[in-house]
Amino acid sequence: MVKRQVTFAEISPSEFFYRNRDLAGFSNPSRALYSATRELVENSLDACEQVSVLPDIFVSIIPKEIINEESDPRAYTLKIQDNGPGVDPDFIPYAFGRVFYGSKFKLIQARGMFGMGGTMSILYGQITTNRPVTIVSATGDGTAYKFEMMLDIRQNAPIILKKEKIPAEGISGTSIEITLQGDYFRAASKIQEYFRQTAIVTPYANIVFIDAFGRHFFYERVTKSMPVPPRVTRPHPHGIDVEALRRLLEDNSETTLGKFMFKTFHRVGENTSRKFLEYAGLKDTINPKSLTNLQIVSLVDALHRYNDFLKPDASCLSPIGKEILEAGIKKEIQPEYMVTSIRPPSAYSGFPFIVEVCVAYGGKFLPSGLSLLRFANRIPLLYDEGSDVSWKIIQQDIDWKYYNIRPETPIGIITHVCSTKVPYKTVGKEYLADRPELERELKNAIRDALRQLKIYLSRKGSIAMVERKMNIYGKYLPLIANFVTDLSGFNKLPNYHILLKNKIIDQDDQEDDSEVTENEIKVKEYSDLSENNKEVNKKGEGQTAIEDFS
Amino acid sequence: MKDKLPSKTSANTRKEETLKLLQELAINIYNKMDKGLFPDIVFPSRSVGNLIYDKKMQQYILGPNSVKRSSQNIKHIRPFTNIIWLAFFVNKLLRQGKTSTLRDVYYSGQAFNIVFKDQPESDDIIVDLETVFSRPRESFSIYPEERSAIFGDMTIEYTVPGYEGKRLNLSSHPDGYLIGPSLSTAEMIETSAEMVIAVEKGGLFTRFVEEKVHEKYKAIIVDTAGQPPRSTRFMLKRLNQEMNLPVYILTDGDVYGEHIAMVIVSGSANAAHLRDLTVPTAKWIGVWGSDIVKYKLPGIPLTEHDYKRIHELKKDPRYVKGRWRKELDVFLTIKKKSELEAFAKYGLTTIVDKYLPDKLEQAKSF
Repeated sequence: MVKRQVTFAEISPSEFFYRNRDLAGFSNPSRALYSATRELVENSLDACEQVSVLPDIFVSIIPKEIINEESDPRAYTLKIQDNGPGVDPDFIPYAFGRVFYGSKFKLIQARGMFGMGGTMSILYGQITTNRPVTIVSATGDGTAYKFEMMLDIRQNAPIILKKEKIPAEGISGTSIEITLQGDYFRAASKIQEYFRQTAIVTPYANIVFIDAFGRHFFYERVTKSMPVPPRVTRPHPHGIDVEALRRLLEDNSETTLGKFMFKTFHRVGENTSRKFLEYAGLKDTINPKSLTNLQIVSLVDALHRYNDFLKPDASCLSPIGKEILEAGIKKEIQPEYMVTSIRPPSAYSGFPFIVEVCVAYGGKFLPSGLSLLRFANRIPLLYDEGSDVSWKIIQQDIDWKYYNIRPETPIGIITHVCSTKVPYKTVGKEYLADRPELERELKNAIRDALRQLKIYLSRKGSIAMVERKMNIYGKYLPLIANFVTDLSGFNKLPNYHILLKNKIIDQDDQEDDSEVTENEIKVKEYSDLSENNKEVNKKGEGQTAIEDFS
Repeated sequence: MKDKLPSKTSANTRKEETLKLLQELAINIYNKMDKGLFPDIVFPSRSVGNLIYDKKMQQYILGPNSVKRSSQNIKHIRPFTNIIWLAFFVNKLLRQGKTSTLRDVYYSGQAFNIVFKDQPESDDIIVDLETVFSRPRESFSIYPEERSAIFGDMTIEYTVPGYEGKRLNLSSHPDGYLIGPSLSTAEMIETSAEMVIAVEKGGLFTRFVEEKVHEKYKAIIVDTAGQPPRSTRFMLKRLNQEMNLPVYILTDGDVYGEHIAMVIVSGSANAAHLRDLTVPTAKWIGVWGSDIVKYKLPGIPLTEHDYKRIHELKKDPRYVKGRWRKELDVFLTIKKKSELEAFAKYGLTTIVDKYLPDKLEQAKSF
């Protein structure tokens, strides 16, 4: 019997993602092209917004070899260029060449969560085409640096092939060009949809996209106001775990636990700190570094259980806001009517979030039926709609009939959730988990918007109803007048024109107490909208028709 | 020869009455419109819930619920206009002495911007007009396509244009005469007949003429062609009332035959809004379920349909007792039905020579 040797080897984060690239949305050439595009575009938008620069983004996807009619999947050159603040040349190799080196590994609302997407795209390009990435960045001091580099996956470190200083005439921004294997033929519709939806939530950006077929897409800036940029915030006690607490303790320079508490945590002041430590049974004077592992665990436990911390403050968040959101929707969807509902800030597990919902109705572009557009931290979520909490709500929890919305009514539901930590279910950033707090806020926002839409629809309905009634009266009353004149033997028509001038129809029609025969049930033609609207006898004629007829 | 009884409802009088009713309706609506009011019409509801069996009249009638069809109601204005147009249209028909089929009505509206979705819609409007005036469509000169026939010694006098005053004896043509608009509106002048025998089938009708039943039994023979159309029921009613003739009904020995007889006697639920279509004294003389046993007629096993129909009819108040109930139960017991033609087993003339006299004799006692 041969004794098998078990070997253990450390793997770097790069290696980990190389082996598990499905997790990050790089499972096949079509999906990878889409993911790389969006990760890089999102990095650019984040960069611009953090310094409040109106984004100008240029994107192109060009087949690498145009010589022979190679079919997909094949190598593409993906280029993204922005007018953001640029990256300091000293940081460039690590910012783009090492997984987890992003500037985002802290608590702030941002499109990307771990600074991983950009590097993943480069990594994917490298493993499929073995070509270096080209990065040009200028910070506005008149010079730009051009890097050509590859990644050492095992070491999780950049390999700089070329570094070059070039003049940049005072502009700033970053351009990144990678070569990767992709399938634009299959990815085209998703990528175009991605840009269209991105344009909805960033109407303050100019985005130019040139696709592999040479088509130019231009999403034009329609507003110059940008949302207030998000701010970095300290962690809330409810959102902390053992590992995070241990790191916070390691980085800490305070000498007492009490001070550590109120310096480190969001919503914890001296008072709260003291009361909490009493609750946790720890002295506020002990040195935080002296905490044992067991004490750290019980401290985290107490942090989660203690209910008197104030809720996380949402002022660090950056919601899109009604004006900007509606400007984007108006630009890209052109609905007949839209209404926005923005919920007050809420929190789950110590992470603040804000829900914004816009319901759009009618217009040229909305298809018949329900369309759901989901956004989280201003990213369009295009995949796995059916697993998303918003989908669950509109499918299961909304009583559409109550809002007078029929299955074929063209309705667009646009949901946006912003948070310091969006509760995605997977690393792929495609759908939101059904956290009860989030579900409640989404539901309330959708219902609130629908209530307002209902008012609009019923007003619109009653105006249409009046017009329709008048048309119908105008069609039938003259016929009746003619027939009865002939039949009765009178020689002039009755003065029925008064009936066509009556302004009675605004009121809700009253149910008459006569039965409806099968015959009348068959006459469905006008019954749809007038379901609850029967005629009111304007002059209040008291006589029942039975007396009248006898 | 029996002379015509003094009749309060001769064809011409009925026509005059109808015209007057139509005009009154029109004047009423005209006046309302002239005053700036939305006109409406109220008439009894024909919904199932408003259907009542009247024991005294021995027929279904409509209950107290009524329907108000108002031109102010968007849902009603179209059918309202349609009724008014129909009143206008039949007024023209009656005045010009013309007739129209149900199908004709469906198309005729188009000339006046009245477009019916389909014929059932125009048929419905016709029933509405019947209900408004409690008069059958025949009194508005509207006739269905199906026709049944009559034969026997009776003289009639036409009232239709071009034939006014012209007389005809209904025994002049051995195939019988169609009970169509001109016969329906004709005056009954005189007859030597002493009874009316209504038979369900054309075949038997022909046999009866061949075997001279009209002479042997002094009878007028009517072919109901299955469930008799209203014009035929109206004709039977007039023969019974105006000429004072008893009516005997001969049908197949099955549940459908029994119900044909019942409709002649007490009308159908579909015509609960109408009177003058029933002959309460008419007698169903066969073929009964018990005759199948008694005459050892060749039987056909009952089908699912037959059972279903029998159980339906057992719930009808008209079938709760007497001969009607008894024969339903016999069908259930013997699990068989039989046709009039089954008598051919004993020779073609047996039904006339033996069965008919037996049954007529028997009829005297019930």
